[in-house]
Amino acid sequence: MKPYLREKTQFGFHDVPENTCFEAGYLVTKNSGWRSIRPVVEHGKCTGCMQCYLYCPDGVISIENKKAVVDYKFCKGCGICSKICKTGAIEMEAEK
Amino acid sequence: MAVTAKNLCKDEFFYGHKACAGCGGSLAVRNALKVLGKNAVAVLPAGCMSAVGFNFPQLCFANNAIISTFAGTSSMLTGIEAGFRRRGITDFTAVGFAGDGGTADIGIQALSGAIDRNDNIIYICYDNEAYMNTGIQKSGLTPFGAKTTTTPAGENIRGNIRPKKNMFEIVAAHDISYAATATVGYMTDFLNKIEMLHIPEKIFMRLHLLLLFLMMVLLMRTLSLKMRKTASKR
Ligand SMILES: Cc1ncc(C[n+]2csc(CCOP(=O)(O)OP(=O)(O)O)c2C)c(N)n1
Ligand code: SF4
Ligand SMILES: [Mg+2]
Repeated sequence: MKPYLREKTQFGFHDVPENTCFEAGYLVTKNSGWRSIRPVVEHGKCTGCMQCYLYCPDGVISIENKKAVVDYKFCKGCGICSKICKTGAIEMEAEK
Repeated sequence: MAVTAKNLCKDEFFYGHKACAGCGGSLAVRNALKVLGKNAVAVLPAGCMSAVGFNFPQLCFANNAIISTFAGTSSMLTGIEAGFRRRGITDFTAVGFAGDGGTADIGIQALSGAIDRNDNIIYICYDNEAYMNTGIQKSGLTPFGAKTTTTPAGENIRGNIRPKKNMFEIVAAHDISYAATATVGYMTDFLNKIEMLHIPEKIFMRLHLLLLFLMMVLLMRTLSLKMRKTASKR
């Protein structure tokens, strides 16, 4: 499990909690707009060694069927995954 | 058992946050919480990690987390630990993530008190070597010669004129049961130092910790070294 993007709802004053508590892991906006370059995984080269997953500050990389998969909704394009990858399977490509 | 990428908890507890792209502090918080698990109660004083994690209604912690006053990370940790203990809850970990300013300058008194009381808390200082959240002012952990907005490098001074405080020795001088330094540049070492504290059966019992991260600097250095090596191979 991880925090996930919620449906867009209008927040009124009555929705704002009276105390300082609110639901944990409540996401309403994406971070994809921050990106100028995007990591693209070449599945042929990826060995599923999980280093990119381990070093991603945003935790957007998961390993599915032994291949790295990027959650582009929250990837900010910092490029750490591409630098850490030993087999050079992750290339940074310009965002169009 | 040693923690590795393979047996690390798959859940994410710090997700969708607004830290700068490539932020080492957020990487430290993310992976520390993965080791400590969903029952960790995180305390974040004023600083980057609270600023990027709690932008109502975008709340990026999936476990219980709370913002403390800038100086009060350790006292809030003490309170959380005592409160849970009073209510008979035992399977939790009180963990604080404070910046270098929040640790070595304004939070040092509360930290010293908590160490003196020998509370069962984990205190993690992520050292980005200045007050980053307010725009790069010099802190006690800013290294000698570093240029910040309050120690500009110019004709009068060449950056910071004071050496970095030896925070680790300050903490160690308290006769603390466990203290360590780590960097996110060597992630498995970092994960295992946290795992060491987390397992109660381990020799240390429930402990006390201060981790100082030279993270950004070291991470960048390791990465650029690796890059140079791979570039020369190609
Ligand atoms: C008592 C008090 N003084 C000043 C501030 C303003 N302030 C908020 S964050 C911050 C800088 C925190 O620096 P640091 O602890 O190094 O964490 P970083 O932002 O670098 O992660 C300051 C000075 C505050 N919130 N409370
Ligand atoms: S200023 Fe530094 S610590 Fe703060 S969010 Fe940006 S990279 Fe992270
Ligand atoms: Mg700082």
